[in-house]
Formats: sequence, structure tokens, C-alpha cells
Amino acid sequence: MSFEFRILNFEFMENNILQIIYLIASVTFIAGLKFLGNPATARKGNLMAAFGMVIAIFGTIFLYTTETGAHLHNLGFIFAALAVGTVVGWIVAKKVQMTAMPEMVSLFNGMGGACAMLISIIEFKHLAEVDLSTVAAGHLLTIVLGLIIGSVSFAGSIIAWGKLSGNVKDKSLGMQQLINIGLLLVILVLSGVMILGNTAYTVELFYAVFALSLIYGVLFVLPIGGADMPVVISLLNSFTGVAAACGGFLYDNKVMLVGGILVGSAGTLLTIVMCKAMNRSLVNVLIGNFGGGATGEAMGSANFDGTIKEVTASDAAILMKYAKKVIIVPGYGLAVAQAQHIVHDLELLLEAEGIDVKYAIHPVAGRMPGHMNVLLAESNVSYDKLIEMEEVNPEFTTTDVVLVVGANDVVNPAAKTDPNSPIYGMPILDVENAANVIVNKRSMKAGYAGIENELFYKPKTSMLFGDAKKALTQLVSEIKALG
Amino acid sequence: MLTFITQHIEMFYLIILMIFVGIELIGHVPSVLHTPLMSGANAIHGVVIIGSIIVMGQAEHVASLILGFLAVVLGTLNVVGGFVVTDRMLEMFKKKK
Repeated sequence: MSFEFRILNFEFMENNILQIIYLIASVTFIAGLKFLGNPATARKGNLMAAFGMVIAIFGTIFLYTTETGAHLHNLGFIFAALAVGTVVGWIVAKKVQMTAMPEMVSLFNGMGGACAMLISIIEFKHLAEVDLSTVAAGHLLTIVLGLIIGSVSFAGSIIAWGKLSGNVKDKSLGMQQLINIGLLLVILVLSGVMILGNTAYTVELFYAVFALSLIYGVLFVLPIGGADMPVVISLLNSFTGVAAACGGFLYDNKVMLVGGILVGSAGTLLTIVMCKAMNRSLVNVLIGNFGGGATGEAMGSANFDGTIKEVTASDAAILMKYAKKVIIVPGYGLAVAQAQHIVHDLELLLEAEGIDVKYAIHPVAGRMPGHMNVLLAESNVSYDKLIEMEEVNPEFTTTDVVLVVGANDVVNPAAKTDPNSPIYGMPILDVENAANVIVNKRSMKAGYAGIENELFYKPKTSMLFGDAKKALTQLVSEIKALG
Repeated sequence: MLTFITQHIEMFYLIILMIFVGIELIGHVPSVLHTPLMSGANAIHGVVIIGSIIVMGQAEHVASLILGFLAVVLGTLNVVGGFVVTDRMLEMFKKKK
């Protein structure tokens, strides 16, 4: 009797310890996310959340007990799976180039979505083997929600990844929005019938919902322009959070619920903040075919007064060497050309001449908010030199030379002057207020929004054509040659 | 449905509180940190791996075991890849003296 009591007591204790571990992990997630919001503590926050994740994982493996008091088995397989995921994830994450970071985030997000999706499938199979008619509707609803959201997030993230890495082109079927809305309705109706209908076809309906959700995920992301992918990734990120929370609900697991909902809510807000930075609404991003081609090409042949003026590296070097204040505007072209190190060399060289050098960072420069900051930080540019748009805009009037490196839409005056422009209303960097503007671009090709840029035709603008890395390297050697 | 909600009332409280906490946390973050923040949040929802471990630890059939194995691998990719990528991004945010 007393022996039995001790065993029960021991199991009871194990479960209590696991609950405490989950509590600690939940706190690390919340505090970690808080710390991630400040440059000085961000790294610590990330490590903190990672620590919470590790104890939650090992706590679950060793201390989790089912309702009947049994421990988890298949431990060998679990560790094998953990080992495979860790090795592959670690290597991929370490090897990926900084420019490819956005698509990497999307890919990892898709993995999480797929994980949630598989959990729902396995749980459903398990229930179907016992007896589906006795399952509570709420329980089934949680499983189906996890399935739908997980699948959409998985399929959507893979498409977003494909788009950013250039493997998938923007495509829009005719009446895409109608098809999407119709499909979503079908998914919801089928789920409703499946959960509440109590028909003989529950299993078939489940797999139909599964297949349609995957298709919806593809169609949802496919027509959205590549320039809007960061917003989409952020949105899918919060979807996966909600899918994870469904799992938490299913297992009455609080750490999953906290982690999932936290990301779901923070991710949604982050998505909205990103949209605001581009002065567009979320609805507009999701259903407007911005960057999808149609509007862009129609606008392409706009004619501006003035002509394109080309400048050689040596002339640009002279202009910069005798400036007092230079502001560098980095864009995606800098990322593509991997020019972050040479731009830092240029900055050091100019500073050694006593020139005031700053970087003007547009909130959506590159392919993701903060993309430029990450890239420039990689080459050791101090982050207090990276000035955000609101702060830097008044400074352009006192600037001698602005060097635009591979940026286009974020310095396009059409955002302020042309109400018909697809980017009208987006806040831009007021580079045209500076005395001289040097624009480095590979060609006269339009930017991501697919529209012409009047800035390039202004008298004070000169174009320095070429790959950003090559052009800047030449510029640096020319400045050095000037002595 | 009502009984379902009251049975899980604690979870519903938690959901609502966490929604507000999430919004508060992101409220005033400089855009500099948007990408690492998204990436960090991405790693945190990898917590879904706990679910896949629970499923796999109770799997009886080969099919469930295979799917569970896949789920744990994918979940681990999300967690490990997510945190490592975020750390790599943040590693660069060094302040120059």
C-alpha cells in the first residue's frame, strides 16, 4: 500500500516538475521576445528563448506521462529524429548567405507548419482507429484547425521561399481572388460538415480538407508580388504560431499554447507594422497585385523631362572626396552584389578624410524590414551609423553627396508626386534635397515595383552603372588614387 | 460547445492574455530589428515540436511512427534553424567602439 502510494506520488512529482519546466520555458519565450525588441539585448533574448525550448523538449521526452501514467516510448526514434533535424538545421542555418536570410526564415517557418499539420493527421488517424462518433466536437475542431492552418502555412511558405530564391514566378489565374475566397469557403464548409455533420464520410472529408488547404496555401501566395513577400512571410509566421497553439490546446499543453499564441499575436502586429512602413494596408497587400506586372508595365514607358547623365568612377570619387557630408542609401542591389564589405571600406576611407558619413535606412529597403541593417552589421558597420528614415530625411538638405547603391523604389519621388503610381503614399527618402545624387545601378531596369524613377532624370543626379561590388571597388581605388 | 469552453476555461484565459502580451511586446520595436524579431518569433513557434514528440512517444503503428518521425525532424529544423539563423543575424549587431 505504502509502496504503491510512493509510486503514484513519484509520478505525480514528475508531472509537477514538467509543469514547472513548462512555466519556466513560457517565461523565457515572453522575456526572450521582449529582449529581442532592443538591439542591446536582442542576442541574449534569442539565447534565452532557445534555452527555454531545450528544457521544454527534454522535459517532455523524460517526464511526460499520459493519462494512464505511462511514459513516452520510441525514445530511440525520437532522439534519432532530433539528431537529424539538429544537424541539418544547424548546417543549413550556418551556411546560408546573409542575402538569402529572408527565404531561409520562410523555409523554416514552412517546416513548423508542416510539423503542426502532421500532428493533426496522426491524431486524427489515431481517433479514426478508435471511434470517431464519441469524439467531442471541440476536440475535432482543434485538430482540423491545426490541419488547415498548418497546411496553408506550409504550402504558402514553400511558395514564398521559391519566389524569393527566384524559382517561382509571380502568377495570377484569372479571377484569382474569387477562386481563393471560394476555395476558402469550401474548406470551411467541408470542415463544418465533418465536425458537426456526423456523417459516415468523416475520414474522407478530413483528407479533402487537407488537400484543399495545401492548394489554398499555394494559391494564396502565388499571385502576391515578390516585393511583398516579407509581409507574407511574417503573416505565415503568425499562422504557424496559431497552428502550434492548436496543438497546445489539443494536449492541454501550456507552453505550446503560450509560445504559439505569443507568436501568432506578435507576428500579426509585426505584419501590420511592416505594411504601415510601406503605407499600405494588409488587405491591399493580399489582394492587390502590386509588383505583379500589370500596373508596372503600363507605367513603364512614362517619359520624363531631362536625360540620363552617366558618371565615371573617377569623377564620382572626386565629388565624394571633396564633400563634407555623404549619405549612403543601400538597397537590394547592394545585397545581391554582396557589396556590404566594400561599402564599409568606402565609409572608413571617407571618414579618414574627415567626411561625415551616414547610412540612410528605409524601413523596407532590401527584401525585408531590417534587411540592410543585418547586412551592413555583417561587415562591422556600427549600428549608430544606420539612420532611420524619419531621422535622416531632414538631413538631406545639408548633404553634399548622396550615394544610392542598388536602391530604387525607396527613393522614387513618384511616391509623393504621382497619385497614379502604385507606390503613391509610401514614405520615401528625400534624396533629391541633397546637392548631388550618385545612383549606382546595374542598368536602367525598373525596381521591384516595376515603375520608372524620375530621380534618375534629374539634373543633379548622375548614374554610376555597374554591379555594386565592382563599381564601389573601383570608386574606392579611385579615391585612394587621389591621395 | 459551452461545456467544451468551460472545460478549457484556463486555456481560453491564457489565449486572451497572450494575445495582449504579444501585442505589447512588439509595440515599439525599431524597424532595424524587424527581421531578427520575425526570425526569433519563427523559432519560438517551433515549440510545436513538443506536440510531435508527444505524438511520436505514443505511436503504435508504423505509419504513425513514420509520420511522427517526420514531424519531429521538421519541428527540430524549425527550432534549431530558427534560433541559429537569428543568432547569426544578431551576432552582427555589434556596437563599434
